[in-house]
Amino acid sequence: MSAAIEVRGLSKAFVLHNQGAARINVLERADLTVAPGECIALTGSSGSGKSTLLRMLAGNYLGLDGSIRIAGTEIVGAPPRTVSGLRRSTLGHVSQFLRVVPRVPARDVVAEPLRMQGADPAEARATAEAMLARLNLPERLWGLSPTTFSGGEQQRVNVARGFVHRYRVLLLDEPTASLDPVNRDVVLSLIEEAKARGAAVVGIFHDAEARARVCDREVDVSAMTP
Amino acid sequence: MTALADIAAAPLLAVEGLTVRYGDRIGCADVSLDLAPGEVLGVVGESGSGKTTMLNAVAGRLPVAEGRLSYEGRDLRAMAEPERRRLMRTDWAFVHQHARDGLRMGVSAGGNVGERLMEGGARHYGNIRRAALDWLARVEIDPARIDDRPTQFSGGMQQRLQIARALVTEPRIVLMDEPTGGLDVSVQARLLDLMRGLVREMGLAAIVVTHDIGVVRLLADRLMVMKDGRVVETGLTDQVLDDPQHGYTQLLTSSVLSA
Repeated sequence: MSAAIEVRGLSKAFVLHNQGAARINVLERADLTVAPGECIALTGSSGSGKSTLLRMLAGNYLGLDGSIRIAGTEIVGAPPRTVSGLRRSTLGHVSQFLRVVPRVPARDVVAEPLRMQGADPAEARATAEAMLARLNLPERLWGLSPTTFSGGEQQRVNVARGFVHRYRVLLLDEPTASLDPVNRDVVLSLIEEAKARGAAVVGIFHDAEARARVCDREVDVSAMTP
Repeated sequence: MTALADIAAAPLLAVEGLTVRYGDRIGCADVSLDLAPGEVLGVVGESGSGKTTMLNAVAGRLPVAEGRLSYEGRDLRAMAEPERRRLMRTDWAFVHQHARDGLRMGVSAGGNVGERLMEGGARHYGNIRRAALDWLARVEIDPARIDDRPTQFSGGMQQRLQIARALVTEPRIVLMDEPTGGLDVSVQARLLDLMRGLVREMGLAAIVVTHDIGVVRLLADRLMVMKDGRVVETGLTDQVLDDPQHGYTQLLTSSVLSA
């Protein structure tokens, strides 16, 4: 079966033009292959480039050299619309930050990925509500903007949005951080279900137990650092 | 034979090598962009970066020195003036930074919205009033204020009225110049929410020129950064803001006070 994520010879450096053109090399000739249904954890000390690699897979950071194929589509050097098309259909990303238009209710924030697929608004909303219920977000919050929510509540909205559509590739940045044990367990079950339906998952988990439960492999990003 | 998918994928608006001169001075130079239905392009840069000049030139409000502009594959510069004006009335809309530039201050709110429909050929008074009421509601202006003049409205309400006036003809392209400039943050949020909803519901394509990074982050799919009349960087909005490649963009993004 072909890989869901295929990274070859990927390098990344940040050039800080306003700080004497300082160059920070983060990744050098990194390789990574993730099969459908597989979950891998990116490990390595803080600053080793885990987040950078994850963000590059998401198309949030630019890969300058090498290749990243997501479900067969090259994203290094790809036109922006190729990446946004992938994000709409194939590539889900749960970041640590929730960035939403203020005033949009949580249920609509979560329904958004389904609406982008052209789903019926009422159906999308119902699916979103079911996901919020599963993550134990109190129903009285569904109609409110998540901008006013606590960290853990925002995190659950973020997770709900990442899992509401059946993405083939999922990128997770600390998906269980700031969650209580019950909701942490829900998130891990969601990951297991995504794997079972063939999604490839790449995550950063500081939570070692979570890693042991859902991840098939660990990839040490320090080894990819120059 | 042209496949339907190709038509759908074709850009609504394409700009190539657009240059505007003010005498010897460059207003904007060699700007290229394209826009598909349902897509929002943000344009950022400091005052004097040429972003508003570019927008005005695209809108036909400034003479173009060089470059190609096409709408649905039709060359806009070669188009006869009356035809272009008609297109601007029916298919395009412009939202000004200052609502008073886009509104008729001596005409009622309902008149401001209805007038655009009448320009487009609508004649039935009942239908025009109904459409005006519907649009006032969509931009969250109390329908009871339909006969009030914009001078009696707050800045945020005036801006929403301007948006209603611009969108009532169901244009396909909206050009916005600092649409949230000078508004309170809470009013800005309301406008952003409104604009996002309209873009999705109506399949609008929009160019939003602003100096507000927060606004483009939430509203724009793609971003173009301009400096000294030229485009220095383009890409997906989050990519340009989170991993800026050009020194100027790095300066711009690192100067933002995050809320």
